[in-house]
Amino acid sequence: MITDKTLIRVEGLCKSFGSVNVLKGIDAEIKKGEVVVIIGPSGSGKSTFLRTLNLLEEPTGGRIYLDGVDITAPSVNINLHRRKMGMVFQHFNLFPHMTILKNMTIAPIKLLKLSKADAEERAMKLLTKVGLADRADSYPSQLSGGQKQRVAIVRALCMEPDVMLFDEPTSALDPEMVGEVLSVIKDLADSGITMAVVTHEMGFAREVADRVLFMDGGVIVEEGPPEVIFSSPKSPRLRDFLGKVL
Amino acid sequence: MKRILACFLVLITLLCCALPVLAEGNAVEPAADEAVTTGEAAEDAVDEEPSAIEAFFQSLKDQFILNFITGNRWKMLLDGLLLTLKITALAVVLGIAIGIVIALIRSTHDTNIQKMRGVGRVLMKIFNGICKVYLTVIRGTPVVVQLMIMYFVIFASSTNKLLTCVLAFGINSGAYVAEIFRGGIMSIDKGQIEAGRSLGFNYIQTMCFIVIPQAFKNVLPTLANEFIVLLKETSVSGYVAMTDLTRAGDIIRGNTFSPFMPLIAVALIYLVMVMILTWLVGKLERRLRNSDH
Repeated sequence: MITDKTLIRVEGLCKSFGSVNVLKGIDAEIKKGEVVVIIGPSGSGKSTFLRTLNLLEEPTGGRIYLDGVDITAPSVNINLHRRKMGMVFQHFNLFPHMTILKNMTIAPIKLLKLSKADAEERAMKLLTKVGLADRADSYPSQLSGGQKQRVAIVRALCMEPDVMLFDEPTSALDPEMVGEVLSVIKDLADSGITMAVVTHEMGFAREVADRVLFMDGGVIVEEGPPEVIFSSPKSPRLRDFLGKVL
Repeated sequence: MKRILACFLVLITLLCCALPVLAEGNAVEPAADEAVTTGEAAEDAVDEEPSAIEAFFQSLKDQFILNFITGNRWKMLLDGLLLTLKITALAVVLGIAIGIVIALIRSTHDTNIQKMRGVGRVLMKIFNGICKVYLTVIRGTPVVVQLMIMYFVIFASSTNKLLTCVLAFGINSGAYVAEIFRGGIMSIDKGQIEAGRSLGFNYIQTMCFIVIPQAFKNVLPTLANEFIVLLKETSVSGYVAMTDLTRAGDIIRGNTFSPFMPLIAVALIYLVMVMILTWLVGKLERRLRNSDH
C-alpha cells in the first residue's frame, strides 16, 4: 500500500511553550498510504508533534509540507488543509449538543457543501462499518467511551481526509473498550489510508505500523520497521523504554 | 401546577396585608365606635358583622370601578403594559446582540492574544479596550442615570422616546449579557474548539456552530435572570415621560387618590409576566437539555 509519493514532510520542526522546548528539530517524512506509529515516554513531545502537523499547535520553527505545500507559510489558509487531515483525540471531543449523525455531517455539509442527504448517506455507511448505525440519533452522552471514540474516528473520515492523525486514541478508555477501537483503526490501516498514530499500545504498534518513530526529549531518536524497532533496538534509550513497557 | 398555586398564595398574602389598610376607612371604624358606646357590644357586633363584610366588599367594588372602569382607566394599564413589553422585547434583542459581540471579542482576546501577531493583535487590543471601558461605565452607573443622560443629553433633539428607552435599556443590558456569555464561552472545553478546527472550520464557524450553542445552554438560567431584571427595570421609564405600566398605575393613583388598587394591580401584572417568562425559559431549558440524558 505504501507509495513513493511523500504526503507529509517535516523539516527542522521546533516548538517551545515559553522557555520549555518541547520539540527540538524534527525531520520526518510520511509517504502516501503509510502507517506511522509514534512511541516514546510521556513528555517526549510525541503528542505535540502530532498536533503541530495540522497546526493545532503552531510550530516556533521549521516547516511542514503537505502534498508539497508549505502549510506553515503565513499566506496559507490552514482551514483548507485541515480538511485533508482528520484528527482523533484522546478525549473524543464529540459535540455533546448534536446527535451522532449531526456530529458527522456538520462539517461535510458546511465545508464541503454536500447536500444533507449525501452527507447522511456517507455518514451512515461509515457508521455501519463500525457497527453503530443504530446509534445515529443518539447523543454522545448516551454512548460508552469505546463507542464515542469509534464515532470520533468516522466523524473525521466523513471529510474523506488524505491522512488521519490519532492522538493516543485509546488512553482515555476502559481496558475492555480498547480492543474495539484498535480493531477499527486496524481495519482503517488495512484499507490503505495514510495514518500517523501516537499510542502506548506496543502490541498494536507492532501489528499495524509500517514504520515506528521513537521519540524522546523532543527529537526522533530511532526509526524503522516495527520488527527492527521492537526486536533489535539500537539506541540505549529505546532499549530502556521497551524494557519498561513490554 | 405548583406555579399557579404559588401565584394564588402570593395574591392572597398581598390582599391580607392590604385588608386592614383598606378596611380602616370604611368598615372597621363604625363597628368599633358602636362597640365602645353600646353595652351589648358583643351582640351588636355579631349583628353588624355581615354588613361590615358587605360594606367591605362594596367598597372594594367601588374602588375597582373607580380605578379601572371609570373613564376606561384599564386602557391606560393595558397601553402601559404593551409599552413595557415593547421596550423589554426590543431591549432584550439589542442586549443579546451587543452581549454576544462583546463576549466574543473579550474571550477571543483572552485566549488568543499570545498567538496573534501584527495588525490583528493591535486591532484586538483596541477592541478589547473599548469593550472594557463600555463594561466599566455601564455597570458602574445606575440605569436611571443612563436613561436620563440618553434622553436629556444624547437624544435631546429626538422625539422618539421609545427608541431612546430601547437604546438605553438595551445598551445597559448588553453589558451584563456580555459577561454572562463570556463566562459561558470560557466554560466550554478547549477540546471542542480543537475538534472544530481540526475538521476545517475557521474560528468564527467553530464559535457559531459548536461553542456558542453549548455556551447558550449553560448560561440560559443566568440569562433568564437578567431578562427578568430587565423587564422590571423598565419601570423607571417614567423618568423620561414614558407611560409604561408603572407610570400608568401611578397616574391612576394620582387621579383617583386611592393607591391600593392601581399599584397592587401593577405589581400583579409584573408578577404574572415574570412567572410566564420563567415558565417559558424552563420549557426551553428542558428542550435544550435533551442531549444530556
